[in-house]
Amino acid sequence: MALLEVHDIKVYYGMIQALKGISFEVNEGEIVALIGANGAGKTTTLHTITGLLRAKSGSIHFDGKDITKTPAHHVVGMGMAHVPEGRRVFANMTVLQNLKMGAFTRRDKDEIMDTLETVYHRFPRLKERQGQIAGTLSGGEQQMLAMGRALMSRPRLILMDEPSMGLSPIFVNEIFDIIQKVSDSGTTVLLVEQNARKALSIADRAYVLETGTISMSGRAADLLNDEAVQKAYLGE
Amino acid sequence: MSFLSYLLKGVSLGSVYAIIALGYTMVYGIAKMLNFAHGDVIMVGGYAAFTCSMTRGMAPLPSILIAMVVCTVLGIVIETIAYRPLLEAASPLAVLITAIGVSYFLQNIVLIIFGSNPKSFQSLVKIPGLKLADGALTISGETIVTILSCLIIMLILTQFISRTRMGQAMLAVSEDKGAAQLMGINVNSTIALTFAIGSGLAAIAGVLLCSAYPSLSPYTGAMPGIKAFVAAVFGGIGSIPGAFLGGILLGVIEILAKGYISTQLSDAIVFGVLIIVLLVRPTGLLGKRIQEKV
Ligand SMILES: Nc1ncnc2c1ncn2[C@@H]1O[C@H](COP(=O)(O)OP(=O)(O)O)[C@@H](O)[C@H]1O
Ligand SMILES: [Mg+2]
Repeated sequence: MALLEVHDIKVYYGMIQALKGISFEVNEGEIVALIGANGAGKTTTLHTITGLLRAKSGSIHFDGKDITKTPAHHVVGMGMAHVPEGRRVFANMTVLQNLKMGAFTRRDKDEIMDTLETVYHRFPRLKERQGQIAGTLSGGEQQMLAMGRALMSRPRLILMDEPSMGLSPIFVNEIFDIIQKVSDSGTTVLLVEQNARKALSIADRAYVLETGTISMSGRAADLLNDEAVQKAYLGE
Repeated sequence: MSFLSYLLKGVSLGSVYAIIALGYTMVYGIAKMLNFAHGDVIMVGGYAAFTCSMTRGMAPLPSILIAMVVCTVLGIVIETIAYRPLLEAASPLAVLITAIGVSYFLQNIVLIIFGSNPKSFQSLVKIPGLKLADGALTISGETIVTILSCLIIMLILTQFISRTRMGQAMLAVSEDKGAAQLMGINVNSTIALTFAIGSGLAAIAGVLLCSAYPSLSPYTGAMPGIKAFVAAVFGGIGSIPGAFLGGILLGVIEILAKGYISTQLSDAIVFGVLIIVLLVRPTGLLGKRIQEKV
């Protein structure tokens, strides 16, 4: 049984159908990439999984439990963290306060400090800036903060929505390195990206989303070599 | 000496405005809505305290506590029944109109129960006033208690927000509801808590206001409500220190204008000052500049 199973979800914004019944799964330990053009429905998919949006039909199971109707604020406690599109750090809070918000549902005070050390170890820059107001960080630093904040909940599965968006090439490489390391340390990753080449290069498997339907799926390495994918998403 | 006594009176009235303004500013900061029924919750608090102490002969402290419970429950009920169904789906205008509707609803309910004749409210402040400088300056017990209450409330509230989980949740929700939910914060209950706190404080404001200005009618809350809203905007809506500063300044300006310029014009002067401040600083005195989204 997969860690995350999404079955035939249909999602609407008012009258407009954004997801036309998509299904996919993420196995424990994998990095799964969800790629697709702007407006394909990637963010909608992640929002539906974490409960910020509701599917009109279909089902979502996490770790065997039906979370289709679970309120968003219960999801993180079940072991799923979501790094939203556009980072959405708490701009008026400090870096440290943001990280502590990530551990909001945890009651194990001492272990939270251990997790904080782990996060600081992974993002030394955040430690240097722990007293700084998050809104004054650069885009790349905010992305790191958003990822660190999500890791503070010690998730089994982390969803990342376009972590490389708007970042300079150096930061893009750094962010992808970190995603690889997060995965190596045992966290399962569902990665949404427009930077398809980068995403496919670190993913195990991938799904291609096209206007609300999954048009292709397979091993990431195969998709990287697929002519249609290269033409549409890799600019070749 | 008259300047000093005006000043004290102004700070005291301003303290009431500040306590009311806290309710406006917290609800605005967290639910992003203007709860125009907030002033009428003050009035309900006044009637609750009136009923306990003057009709039933209870002691001041229990009367105040019961008034706070009544208003806290009322605040949660208003939020759940009237506003929550609208906050997600409807336009901000629909919420605003609903708030105005709730305001009239409360006034009319009280009108039906207690009638339109103003009640004369006997002060619940039982501590004696102070006479200073050989009697040239008297400070009433109400003034002392009001100013002290405001300071204590500010202190407790800022500590609550910076030190407790619930307080941190309120800060997170005020910044980004969606991101707060992803942290595991129950946004609906955080908003309800905000209404509860604001309404409980409104009860205290109601008792203090009626103790200083002892006439209670169904419309008692309307004008102080509007002035406190002005104070909240003046200080920077969404900002707690702003509500405090705005409230105190508004009270002082109002009383000084009444004392030195004209009683009739005092409200015009208060609103005139607000307009000037907003022209110079559109976000109010301590309001945050709207942050550019990256
Ligand atoms: N809040 C919204 N209201 C209406 N339509 C929306 C909303 N958000 C997204 N959409 C539409 O849903 C579709 C999918 O959007 P989205 O999931 O954001 O795509 P992606 O993340 O792949 O760029 C797009 O056509 C978009 O215009
Ligand atoms: Mg998107």
